[in-house]
Amino acid sequence: MKNTGFSILVLATLAAIGWTFLTPDALRNGPTVEKLTLTGSSTIAPLAAEIGKRFEMLHPGARIDVQSGGSSRGIGDARTGLAHIGLASRALKADESDLHAHTIALDGIALIINQSNPVPALGRKQIVEIFTGKINNWRDVGGTDAPITVVNKAEGRSTLELFLQFFGLQGTDVKPHVIIGDNQQGIKTVAGNANAIGYVSIGSAAYEAEHGAPIKLLPLDDAEATIDNVRNGSFPLSRPLNLVTHGKAYGLAESFIEFAQSDQVHDLIEAQYFVPIYR
Amino acid sequence: MISSKRNTLSLSTADRRLGAILGLLAVTAAMVAVSILFFLIDESRPLLNRISPARLILDASWHPTQGLYDLSPMLSATLLASLGALLLAVPVGIGSALFGRYYAAAWLTAGYRRMIELLAGIPSVVYGFWGLTMLAPWIGRFEPPGVSLLTAILVLAIMILPTVALTADAALAAVPQSRHRCAAALGLSRWTAISGVLLPSARKGIVSGILLAAARAVGETMAVLMVAGNVVQHPHGLFDPVRTLAANIALEMAYAGGDHRAALFASGLVLLCIVLILAGTVQWYKARDFYDQK
Repeated sequence: MKNTGFSILVLATLAAIGWTFLTPDALRNGPTVEKLTLTGSSTIAPLAAEIGKRFEMLHPGARIDVQSGGSSRGIGDARTGLAHIGLASRALKADESDLHAHTIALDGIALIINQSNPVPALGRKQIVEIFTGKINNWRDVGGTDAPITVVNKAEGRSTLELFLQFFGLQGTDVKPHVIIGDNQQGIKTVAGNANAIGYVSIGSAAYEAEHGAPIKLLPLDDAEATIDNVRNGSFPLSRPLNLVTHGKAYGLAESFIEFAQSDQVHDLIEAQYFVPIYR
Repeated sequence: MISSKRNTLSLSTADRRLGAILGLLAVTAAMVAVSILFFLIDESRPLLNRISPARLILDASWHPTQGLYDLSPMLSATLLASLGALLLAVPVGIGSALFGRYYAAAWLTAGYRRMIELLAGIPSVVYGFWGLTMLAPWIGRFEPPGVSLLTAILVLAIMILPTVALTADAALAAVPQSRHRCAAALGLSRWTAISGVLLPSARKGIVSGILLAAARAVGETMAVLMVAGNVVQHPHGLFDPVRTLAANIALEMAYAGGDHRAALFASGLVLLCIVLILAGTVQWYKARDFYDQK
């Protein structure tokens, strides 16, 4: 019959659609599923989700649910028990001693300029004045007579948040000439513009500079912008990425934290341009 | 309708079945478009319920994390960049179609058309990369920072040029042979025939192509994101960096939450409205049968 092939195709399509819709139900009714809820910092959330995926593969019974909403939410949810683990992209404050912080990685950002720019270093005050538009020529900070191109990050990025917080600025204070999304775009922009200054995650900047991108990482407070200096704590513009628990972690939460701190996830940490910690 | 049976008076079962299945698929495609519209409305509602939509163009600036949602600079940048790209791409595109169809030697025509088709097939991110690493630094040497409205216009113009050229070419190809012969019989010169007979006959197709190209320019994201500079401001000149609506969504969506996220969906809604207006104009223009009525 002529139509057989066609009928088979239609049936196969319907079967595939049915399969797609029905499988999750089958999973839901499956054997005991233990769920782990993580909430907090939008910086850590993507990383935690990646680690969660790998953790689920190793522990078939576990479901890792990650929601972002800021470090304060992470601290609050961990304290009230709404989440098993809170995500906080900062060190714990003095009044948070009831919580335990487990650092899984470090996040540092480096100021970058074009390689052809002769300026060797900038002080904190100079950086603030450049980004707020009070200094707009490289001549004023010991460079050549050329207008400065300020490269800023798009709203919502954690790099922007850390940068503003570190230099005590508001988002509206910065007077940018170029706004970029991810680190790569920032590096390409600075590499292509001899008079640009920007800031990106140290991991990506160090990698690109090593692989021939014509950019320079500026030292800050006499500390070279290197991954090693972020790791040993001498580079000031950095912060820890913490998993926070109320009291001592036990059960699934404990094994997740152990997994997130192990070297099995270092490739995931580096893929997000954070700095893994070697223990 | 083409039937798979010799007797065309009644449809065969195969045709009826195929018709039903194809109808179902067509409805699915239409439903996707409608559901995207509803999705955008639904996602931007948390914000639009609380603040008046007028604030989307009347707020002081775009700082969504501080509760300021002014989309108007991005609206003007989107429209100006697209308009600028059209001003460059339309004359060149129509010229290239005329050249390929009426002036070029036969052996050149085929190769030339392949080249234009190739240009249409290059992914937009490649244009963006070229703009970011070659064009922007070059413009930056004269007018820093280089990434600017002008760079966006140039990259967009190159991107929509093949759309304009190919649709114009197809429209010219569809002009009936009888018009060519009439023009020849009247003893018109080649240029008079083109400007007086062939171009007006193909006008509908050419204008539809231009509007399609405009829709593509309005919605282009990655290439513009890489070369426009993305500073939220009404441009005062060609060398000012600007941010388009599409680039705004791509830049901020990954890290947005709450009202910020809803505001981005609202910019998506505005973008969709612009594209709908363009598509509606195409339909309206096609429906007007002005040339053949005379």
